[in-house]
Amino acid sequence: MSRVEVSVKPSLPDPRGEALKADIRDLGIGTVQQVRVSDVYLLEGDLSRKELETICRQLLADPVVEDYSTAESPPTPPDAHAVEVAYNPGVMDPVEESVSKGILDLGVKHIDSVKTAKKYYLSGNLSASDIELISSKLLVNSVIQHVVTSGEKAALPPASYSFSLEKVELLTLDDGGLTELGREKLELNLDELKQIQGYFARIGRNPTDIELETLAQTWSEHCKHKTFSSRIRLGEEVIDNLLKSTVMRVTEKLAKPWCLSTFKDNSGVIDFDGRYALCFKVETHNHPSAIEPYGGASTGLGGVIRDPLGTGLGSKPIANTDVFCFAPPDFPHDKLPPGILHPRRILKGVRAGVADYGNRMGIPTVNGAILFDDRYLGNPVVMCGTIGIMPKEAAQMGRQKPGDLVVVVGGRTGRDGIHGVTFASALLTGESEETSASSVQIGNAITEKKMIDVLLKARERGLYRRITDCGGGGLSSAVGEMAAETGVKVDLEKVPLKYSGLSYREIWLSESQERMLLAVPPESAKELIGLFASEDVEATVIGQFTSDRHLKLLYQDNLVCDLDMEFLHHGLPQSERKAVWQPVKHSEPDFAEPPDLAEDLKRILGSWNVCSKEWVIRQYDHEVQGGSILKPLSGINNDGPGDAAIVRPLLDSDRGVIIACGINPKYGDIDPYWMAASAVDEALRQIIAVGGNLKRVALLDNFSWGNPEKPDRLGGLVRAAQGCADIALAYGAPFISGKDSLYNEYQTGTESICIPPTLLISAMAVMEDVSKAVSMDCKKEGDLIYIVGTTCDELGGSHYYGLHGAIGNQVPRVNPEKGKKLMDSLSAATEKGLVKACHDLSEGGIGVAAAEMAFAGGLGITLHLDKVPLGEAIARNDTILFSESNTRFLAEVAPEDRERFEQAMKGITFAATGEVNKSDKLEVYGLKGEKIVAAPLAELKEAWQKPLGW
Amino acid sequence: MAKVKTLILRAPGTNCDEETTFAFEQAGSAVELAHINRLVGGDTSLSRYQIVVIPGGFTYGDDISGGKILANELKLKLGGDIQRFVERGGLILGICNGFQVLVKAGILPPVENGQRLTLSGNDSNRFECRWVYLQIDPKSPCIFTKGISAMYLPIAHGEGKIMAEKETLDKLNVVARYADEKGDIKAGYPHNPNGSADNIAGICDATGRIFSLMPHPERFIRWTQHPRWTREAPRQHGDGLGIFLNAVDWVKHS
Repeated sequence: MSRVEVSVKPSLPDPRGEALKADIRDLGIGTVQQVRVSDVYLLEGDLSRKELETICRQLLADPVVEDYSTAESPPTPPDAHAVEVAYNPGVMDPVEESVSKGILDLGVKHIDSVKTAKKYYLSGNLSASDIELISSKLLVNSVIQHVVTSGEKAALPPASYSFSLEKVELLTLDDGGLTELGREKLELNLDELKQIQGYFARIGRNPTDIELETLAQTWSEHCKHKTFSSRIRLGEEVIDNLLKSTVMRVTEKLAKPWCLSTFKDNSGVIDFDGRYALCFKVETHNHPSAIEPYGGASTGLGGVIRDPLGTGLGSKPIANTDVFCFAPPDFPHDKLPPGILHPRRILKGVRAGVADYGNRMGIPTVNGAILFDDRYLGNPVVMCGTIGIMPKEAAQMGRQKPGDLVVVVGGRTGRDGIHGVTFASALLTGESEETSASSVQIGNAITEKKMIDVLLKARERGLYRRITDCGGGGLSSAVGEMAAETGVKVDLEKVPLKYSGLSYREIWLSESQERMLLAVPPESAKELIGLFASEDVEATVIGQFTSDRHLKLLYQDNLVCDLDMEFLHHGLPQSERKAVWQPVKHSEPDFAEPPDLAEDLKRILGSWNVCSKEWVIRQYDHEVQGGSILKPLSGINNDGPGDAAIVRPLLDSDRGVIIACGINPKYGDIDPYWMAASAVDEALRQIIAVGGNLKRVALLDNFSWGNPEKPDRLGGLVRAAQGCADIALAYGAPFISGKDSLYNEYQTGTESICIPPTLLISAMAVMEDVSKAVSMDCKKEGDLIYIVGTTCDELGGSHYYGLHGAIGNQVPRVNPEKGKKLMDSLSAATEKGLVKACHDLSEGGIGVAAAEMAFAGGLGITLHLDKVPLGEAIARNDTILFSESNTRFLAEVAPEDRERFEQAMKGITFAATGEVNKSDKLEVYGLKGEKIVAAPLAELKEAWQKPLGW
Repeated sequence: MAKVKTLILRAPGTNCDEETTFAFEQAGSAVELAHINRLVGGDTSLSRYQIVVIPGGFTYGDDISGGKILANELKLKLGGDIQRFVERGGLILGICNGFQVLVKAGILPPVENGQRLTLSGNDSNRFECRWVYLQIDPKSPCIFTKGISAMYLPIAHGEGKIMAEKETLDKLNVVARYADEKGDIKAGYPHNPNGSADNIAGICDATGRIFSLMPHPERFIRWTQHPRWTREAPRQHGDGLGIFLNAVDWVKHS
């Protein structure tokens, strides 16, 4: 084996080392002087001296800025501590594959394997415990990595596997035994296991391990959404199927002709322009991100990208979205419970995972949000979305014929993510870090990119009849679901493997990323496999669809699984769930109105939720594909907070798609119903604010909730589902897809920390003419600032109350009948070109929106609160300035357009409440004409940019 | 007269091929996309085209370093074809990852004895996506920038910092330098987004026919791609289009 260490020339600065040094200082270790980082490559294979030199000079080391060493163990500088970190066995660093390819290109044929590692040289006055702290907090995640003590091997000796069929004694188990089996291995409850026991009793034999696990996976919360389809008792009310009776009901009732495919495929599909269709899916990847942020988030994004790819006959991804919820980055290290990564590390890891994967895929990340709450400490929420475009005729899910071949394409199968699905349906515990290691992997974006490039060609040539993605549940879910109506026979030993030694069970259950499943007519197989080969992507026939409606799995001709599809997919008993909803009474804050509100405004602008996310946004490529019309950042310095993003998927067309999202867990602490209503309203507001309309808006729901077996959590979930359904129906916006992630609780000892009720509403709207788009930044002095909508005393769950240590009870409500009229009128005015800037009012109300419009446009704004239309008598300026009432906007209108604008808004609540000027200040006058805010824009902007200005 | 033919080279991880295709089509060229395997396998050949483009992306994940693996592939498997293509008077454009590839393949700047210039990690140690102002060096022989004095374009990269010894830098044909909106090339970060030596954003060879830059001209073809199009006076085209028009016109008139 040869060892190569590549490092930046000592005479040059090492940016990676510098960045790490800053992180070490953040840990409170100020004595660190210098940090240098080396890349280590371990090459297995008998290489001559000359070959090794060639590899180093021509491939591994940059001749201008890097040095390399081929010494067994290069000397550590006297003043430095060296820490070498390598991946655990089975964890694949994508770089290894590229290096092997690069070596082959050099003409070196006999390279067996490549392994990578990193070596850190830390100098300064550092104690052993400092090094230990740095390693555990910054350098190593024990889930996937370890510190190299003695010599690291390039590869484990190839493991071998010899077949033996594993049977499980089920028929003789009593209730106690079944319960144990369910808890220990399968995450199934007693009722479910009794059904399974009954099935095998009927066919007169015990199950094999793989049969039992296939059932467990197919029946898991993650795949079957048991809670949303269960019979729920909430007081007197009985809800037979929460999903059907809420979000899906909206879609049915509205019956929009432009909804092409909803709730049945891997994503929801709508008509874009008569020729093309758009599809949209948002997925959660919370638990993996909690224990390995980078890998968890990258595979989360990689997974959701495959949803549009696996929708209809396949679509091309055109945009990504991401919404994260973390504990505050300044959470004290010493208060961190065991087994939990610090929120700052989770934030940085998740951001990096999403950026590295999305950027490599060449998909712009255009919209999202980041929210913070202490209760996300042990269980962050990571939601990634992807929008795809396809020809309209490819929009419907395909149908295979018996005799069609089962073809797996893309990446190879390894031991990755075994039990990922059941893991996702379980609670996190202090041991999660150890026990769940195999559930986490590192994504390989290039494998997926290669696969997508060829898949879209294969679609154009019509080489397959049906496609789906291999996501949670791996082949088990993908094959099982695709073959539900026909039946299938799979030869598991034909599945291409990353390394030897996998059992038939591991092959079937593996959740290795970057794989898709196709149903291919036998006559097209040769051409399809050839096409994939032409771009170095593997496509392998692993079985054949049958007509017997049985799931038959063989390994080396041994039958290891034979399940009736009817039982597999319809045998799951509907569960009964009890829910309770007790409105909580929070104390109302009691404090005198501050005479000067500038300080409170700055504190809200500087709060984690409201502050600028530019540090994150700039590290995403939001321009790739050239379609961005409204970017995430806008204004005179390209740094103001845009409301929704607009993307033009067809560069020669003027049609666009508007992408928006609404979320505010704080309201859920008062009433999840109005939290959900507000989320829908917010997503729609953003669409209107950028110049869109409500004619063709499709919604997605993503619920991240606690343990639904606890009646109070479930009660809130029911309220939220009803809330978003009622409001969406009234606004005429159908849901086209959704996802729920439950059991988001973190156990420490006896204590169970539940995340705040978290509902993300994502929206996509078709925009006929992108040249009508409006940005949120103020445009010109002398223009009028209108407030559109009604302001009420609704500070419950607001940032302002948060500042004053209270939650309150007056949660913002929504009147969608009035709201729809208002949004229709405002978009009509925008359509006529009467609105020069528009910003939706959400967190921080009028105060925050006005400040953002002003500093984004580099122009002052003067506001008069006595002009603001109120829904009830309000005596306090702070209430009016910071109320978070829904369905409100600030709109900038040129004086010469005053009449036309007011004409267009006839019958709507609105008022001219201020003007744009050159003062470089935000000035607000109160109800009695007194000055309550006079703040230089520079100060407001600084407060807003500082927190995440990393 | 037959249409100018442009080849856009694809490799695993290429991701700016479609907008680059659009840009050349807007400039009046016929465009074909070819995967590197088709060139190596002889299914198509550079000799059929007048313009060859290596577009942006993360070829092979930018593993080891940006563009490195594709650079070796070009050098080792297509070196001769590329040399003949250049001698025949063809144009080569490298954008972002394409710039890294051409540098590390020793095609631009052409190497006499070993690669002397490189593109390494940004000073900020992060990938950044932002818009930058460019000043075009009036002395530059570059045919792609003829008649252009300044541009405003987006960058999106993590490894765009030009590094080389002084004598190598002195010999460079610098085409574009990062600047601020007033054209000051000494404005520093973030105007120079990566810490590039001498604020260099793009270079060409002595003939002006091989040109590479880190910013993305293909992302600013239509005015509505400008980050401030909603607040500034509309213009006919994006600044990037000129690069592609120049290339196509040059081929037509030579």
